[in-house]
Amino acid sequence: MNALINIVKQGLGLGSVAVNGGVHPPEHKQESTTQAIGQLPLPKRLVLPLRQHVGNLPKVLVAVGDKVLKGQLLAEAEGNISAAIHAPTSGTIAAIEDALIPHPSGLPDRCITIAVDGKDEWIALAPSDWRKEDKTKLLESLRNSGIVGLGGAAFPTQVKLRTNAKSHVDTLVINAAECEPYITCDDMLMRERADQILKGVEIAQYLLGAKECLIGIEDNKPEAAEAMRLACAISPLSKLVTLKVVVVPTQYPSGDARQLIRLLTGIEVPADKRSTDVGLQCFNVATVLALHRYFDFGEPALSRIVTITGNVKTPANFEVLFGTPITDLVKAGGGALEDTNDYIMGGPMMGFSLPSVDVPITKAANCIIASAPNLFAPAPPAMPCIRCARCADVCPVSLQPQELYWFSKSSNLEKARDYNLFDCIECGCCTYACPSNIPLVQYYRFAKSEIIAQDRAKEAADLARERNEFRLMRIEREKQERAEKHAQKAVGAKAEAAKTESAPATEASDDASIAAKKAAIAAAIERAKVQKAAAVPQNVADAKPAVQAEIAEIDARREAAKQAVSELAGDNTPSTQDKK
Amino acid sequence: MSRSPYLSSAPSVSIIMVKVMLALVPAIAAYVWVFGAGILVMLALASVTALAAEALMLKLRNRPIKPFLMDGSALLTAWLLALSLPPLAPWWLVVVGTFFAIVIAKQLYGGLGYNPFNPAMVGYAVLLISFPVIMTHWPAPLELAQAKLSLANQLQYIFGTTNGLSLDAVSMATPLDYLKTQLTLHHSVQEITAAPQFGLLGAKGGELVVGAYLLGGLYLLQQRLITWHLPTAFLSVLALMAGAFYLVDATHYAHPLFHLFTGASMLGAFFIITDPVSGPTTPKGKLVFAAGIAVLTYLIRVYGGYPDGVAFSVLLMNMCVPLIDAWTQPRVFGHKK
Repeated sequence: MNALINIVKQGLGLGSVAVNGGVHPPEHKQESTTQAIGQLPLPKRLVLPLRQHVGNLPKVLVAVGDKVLKGQLLAEAEGNISAAIHAPTSGTIAAIEDALIPHPSGLPDRCITIAVDGKDEWIALAPSDWRKEDKTKLLESLRNSGIVGLGGAAFPTQVKLRTNAKSHVDTLVINAAECEPYITCDDMLMRERADQILKGVEIAQYLLGAKECLIGIEDNKPEAAEAMRLACAISPLSKLVTLKVVVVPTQYPSGDARQLIRLLTGIEVPADKRSTDVGLQCFNVATVLALHRYFDFGEPALSRIVTITGNVKTPANFEVLFGTPITDLVKAGGGALEDTNDYIMGGPMMGFSLPSVDVPITKAANCIIASAPNLFAPAPPAMPCIRCARCADVCPVSLQPQELYWFSKSSNLEKARDYNLFDCIECGCCTYACPSNIPLVQYYRFAKSEIIAQDRAKEAADLARERNEFRLMRIEREKQERAEKHAQKAVGAKAEAAKTESAPATEASDDASIAAKKAAIAAAIERAKVQKAAAVPQNVADAKPAVQAEIAEIDARREAAKQAVSELAGDNTPSTQDKK
Repeated sequence: MSRSPYLSSAPSVSIIMVKVMLALVPAIAAYVWVFGAGILVMLALASVTALAAEALMLKLRNRPIKPFLMDGSALLTAWLLALSLPPLAPWWLVVVGTFFAIVIAKQLYGGLGYNPFNPAMVGYAVLLISFPVIMTHWPAPLELAQAKLSLANQLQYIFGTTNGLSLDAVSMATPLDYLKTQLTLHHSVQEITAAPQFGLLGAKGGELVVGAYLLGGLYLLQQRLITWHLPTAFLSVLALMAGAFYLVDATHYAHPLFHLFTGASMLGAFFIITDPVSGPTTPKGKLVFAAGIAVLTYLIRVYGGYPDGVAFSVLLMNMCVPLIDAWTQPRVFGHKK
């Protein structure tokens, strides 16, 4: 039905289904597309963060000092969502320790450092004849391919290729939109290696069983689109399924998976579902190419194409081994110009400033931009929101950013959630369009993290409360159980007593023990009395004789009084005993 | 660390305000042509008062003065108020209205971005209620005036230096006012609109100003400083409303075009109801808001106690904005309505 609407719309000259919002920032893509993809010389050291993907940390299989070959598994995927790490070249494991990684937090994380030996010696490669293999076996082997989404999200690809009865994929969408300004790695990859990409598409189609493959490219990449069209025409896949290159208008953020799916198919993936729930799956072009290299040659994920651009002498694209220091890449780009003051990983819309230029290239690193004040001017001070709603006009998911800002700023987090804060894809269009220069996305990131923290705290509190309630219940139960036991015992004891009444021997022994106790107590009292008498008060030791006499008299009177009291007590004793 | 996006495309708030003022220039020129240069003095008076009041309040509120004076919002409020007043009015009227608009309606609510009511309209409503006679007596267009007013005469009138110049000598009832009073005297609309102050569509001379507002409004649309929703909904609902009444009884209800081209309709459609701060933000909300203003404006014009109703309608609908926004939230991507 949606396809039909699409056809009608295209027939009417409306092109693809228009999405709400979006912006058109200056593209700056020409600068880095003048040269072919280059190769970097082997670096001396490679630093491989264990966390280069979304999901669990992989389990390290090597130790410091181990010799490793190119392509050797260094850390294997752990748990359902995880990705393996391989040695991008041969060398020796120099360290397994925390080091600075390219992450907005600027915090160090676990990394494996390889001292490169320069031989670039491969392990024995095991390509598979995937068309004849069992799919489950292929997917199992993919677990340790190290392949993750290379568009920037870095989600383990093996997870996305698993299908089950609930989620069957009819349409495979290949994301080649590359909508962020400055980034050209996918563009160059398509221009130069379209045939290899198509081989990867074949594999993805085979694994998913898709009936249709759509390759979405923005219209600012005509060379890439042409190369892909040619590759499609000669691909054997075109005889099996519908295989099409769809050119979409250049508009940021059309490269967002859900936005692109909407553009290409007209289907809006429900916010609370995955795309596979509606028969769609989406992969980046570089990711499917990695599939081809893995299955057809046995090569795991070892490198990627990275754009080096911005304030460098010769912006270009390079095939970079994972773990390569970014300084090497900058050097390859002709070096940074003098006024460079920052390095951005990713595009200018969603990227982040690197904590240092020495951090390594990771699987998610599609682009490094050398930044300078004349390139990206620091934002002027923020003015109050004038509710002009330009942010709402450009929001690709039709949120009301001005309301979300208001709620986030006033920490009215419940309201922010009600206004669908969590549907925000943090594309940055709102900030881009804000005349008051309000860093809106930062407010949303803050509000999201606050809400998540609150939810966790609430969960913890709920858990603690449940535990406490259970504990109280348990104590109560134990008390009851004890009471019951006592009652039973008492009943039992009475019965016992009734049985043992005619047994005087025990009684006699009881009396004997009581007498012994009484004797012990009497002896103790005696000892105490002796001690008390021996202790003469210090302050009266050297008093005058007259005073001494007076003290003796008082003591005597006290003694007499004590006597009298104890006699009285002695009289009372029987009555208290009666009460007992 | 993460401060993305690193790019920005938006014109600053100051640029937006300056462009809106630029869009008012044709109307000001038309004013000078039709009513004389007195309006320029009124604009200057309002501007100075607004800037002084804004600076004073910012100082009292311990806010940085320069960035907020430079944002141009106070100046724009002053211009819109001055253009809403009769083109020839005593200086203190301009000063009191502007002062009220800036101090009470804007700064006391928190300044730029925080005022729930349109400041210019608050100033206007206060003046209309407090000084109804002065506010409803407009000078006659120069071509109709019995006594031709020189700039010196106009200045004398504004600053009240001569007592000889009487208001009645130079002023006449506005068409909306005239229509209303004459209708109560059982004249038909056709008879009434034959009076000299009526022009082709609206008021003689005033039409030119209205046309200039339309021109400025189109510039705002072209520059994407306003969206089509507000002016389109306001003007079409006003025309529909007037049209329905006109079709039922043409002798008692004026032609829809008359309603569009008289009073503050055109100024309101493009410059007043489009104030973003006090208006709704959702596209549907804008339609509802503008339609509400149009209905109220027509009702006040026809049944209310005042000749025009734009200011009151705007203020009434300003009160409904939070509700309208809450009710008209657009469908979020991937959500069912």
